[in-house]
Amino acid sequence: MPPDPAHRALQAQFHAGLWGGPVPDGVTAPAEAEAARRFNVYRNNVRHGLSRALAARFPVIEQLVGGDFFTAMAGVFAAQHPPETPVLLAWGEAFPAFLTAFPPVAHLPWLACVARIELARGRAYHAADADPADPAALAVGDPAGLRLTLHPSVALYTSPFPAVAIWRAHQPGAVPGTPLPPGPSHALIARAPGFQVVVEPVDPGTHAVLTALAGGAPLGHAAGQTDPTPALTLLLRHGLITAITTGDAP
Amino acid sequence: MTSLPTTPGLGFKPEHFADIAGRPGAVGFYEVHAENCMGAGGAPHAMLDALRADHALSVHGVGLSIGGAGPLDADHLARVARVIDRFQPASFSEHLAWSSHGAAWLNDLLPLPYTDATLAAVCAHVDQVQDRLGRRMLLENPATYVTFAQSTWDETAFLAEIARRTGCGLLLDVNNVFVSAVNHRFDPRAYLAAFPLHAVGEIHLAGHDTEDLPSGPLLIDSHGRPVADPVWALYAEVIARTGPLPTLVEWDTDVPAFDVLLEEAARAGRVLDAARQGQADAA
Repeated sequence: MPPDPAHRALQAQFHAGLWGGPVPDGVTAPAEAEAARRFNVYRNNVRHGLSRALAARFPVIEQLVGGDFFTAMAGVFAAQHPPETPVLLAWGEAFPAFLTAFPPVAHLPWLACVARIELARGRAYHAADADPADPAALAVGDPAGLRLTLHPSVALYTSPFPAVAIWRAHQPGAVPGTPLPPGPSHALIARAPGFQVVVEPVDPGTHAVLTALAGGAPLGHAAGQTDPTPALTLLLRHGLITAITTGDAP
Repeated sequence: MTSLPTTPGLGFKPEHFADIAGRPGAVGFYEVHAENCMGAGGAPHAMLDALRADHALSVHGVGLSIGGAGPLDADHLARVARVIDRFQPASFSEHLAWSSHGAAWLNDLLPLPYTDATLAAVCAHVDQVQDRLGRRMLLENPATYVTFAQSTWDETAFLAEIARRTGCGLLLDVNNVFVSAVNHRFDPRAYLAAFPLHAVGEIHLAGHDTEDLPSGPLLIDSHGRPVADPVWALYAEVIARTGPLPTLVEWDTDVPAFDVLLEEAARAGRVLDAARQGQADAA
């Protein structure tokens, strides 16, 4: 059925009106003079709803910049990067890059890195399910040739700033005033059985091993000169190895 | 018709999951927003699987933009179909509203004028949804803050004609009726007298906020407080006419403790029990 041109034009006007354009033609109310005030309810609903959705995904960013600033910033972000689908749980992928380029937070260069942690946590929370493999398979044959399939929620994180420590300092139960370690930070972000999303700080060597394993490298190659034990211990502790195959298996 | 039980139900809030698990069957059904189930897996899916084991499930969409001028988003309809296939709810419902424009999702249930052309568009969209999902859907009456000079149909006649042409059922949100009636200064009882109650497969109840305009109150459909007394009165009048219907209490912002929601559900349950008693006495 061809779309009705009048309906289409009205919705285009309505859309523009929500983001600052005039009240669309034909929008009315019993007291005609109040039509604009009533139309504002829709403007406010859209902004408030998107601001709350963004805050739900980036709660530490909201804590770091404050509620009023966050709400104003969310309005700018939503106007530039409106959701492209109704699945709001997936909205906000562009937020870290937006923070990098948003002049009012240019003095907080680590803010985007904290946002990337929250983005990864949200992805992990909604990632596909997969059961842990039997770790006994790790003890069969030559371990150097084993390849691991990691849980779909696994993300390896790195930042030139102590972003992981900043994020942890804004979690419930964090001790106020804990000094931040200087320098870069690395972490494993994933969903453990029981659905808890973990952010585990790791050293650069373990990060490299985990990254190689996630890329499909066999254990011996992934470890190189590094001891793979901390990486394997972490993966096993959180049930993040979902398949163990020998090197020549697909 | 719907296979939701003719009992009270509650909107599912993940923060109440432990309370619900500790009191299975406290209400007959739970309703979830389809769009909140559209991740790949994890806790949201596991919680719904657990809910489904003890309760009927209603999936309520907010994203299909059935009142949109353009074609339905086929990708989003496919997502809805996956949720329906995965969780096999007793009911699927959506809104007489639009919410997307081009590639932008507007995150609100926006109003449309009621004309012959918009009627045809809405009916085509409802047909498409019902064909794709292989089931009858329910369409909900909106709460609105403005009306359109372009409209040539009453909302009740518009909804009745959609139900007649498409065979869909209706979801009667009594709070939306009251909000719109106050906002547009009409009599909610006249609206309900004209409403095609024979097509109603589910009732929604919720709380609203009140603002003051120079001409009088403007009610906002906020879902953030108890159901208002005038809405309870209208609900009881509807149920007295229809007999018991599945009745959902929605509370989506400033969500209180589970017990507070159970009190609201119990109040709906007393209205449903009175209607059942009335039917029994008449028999």
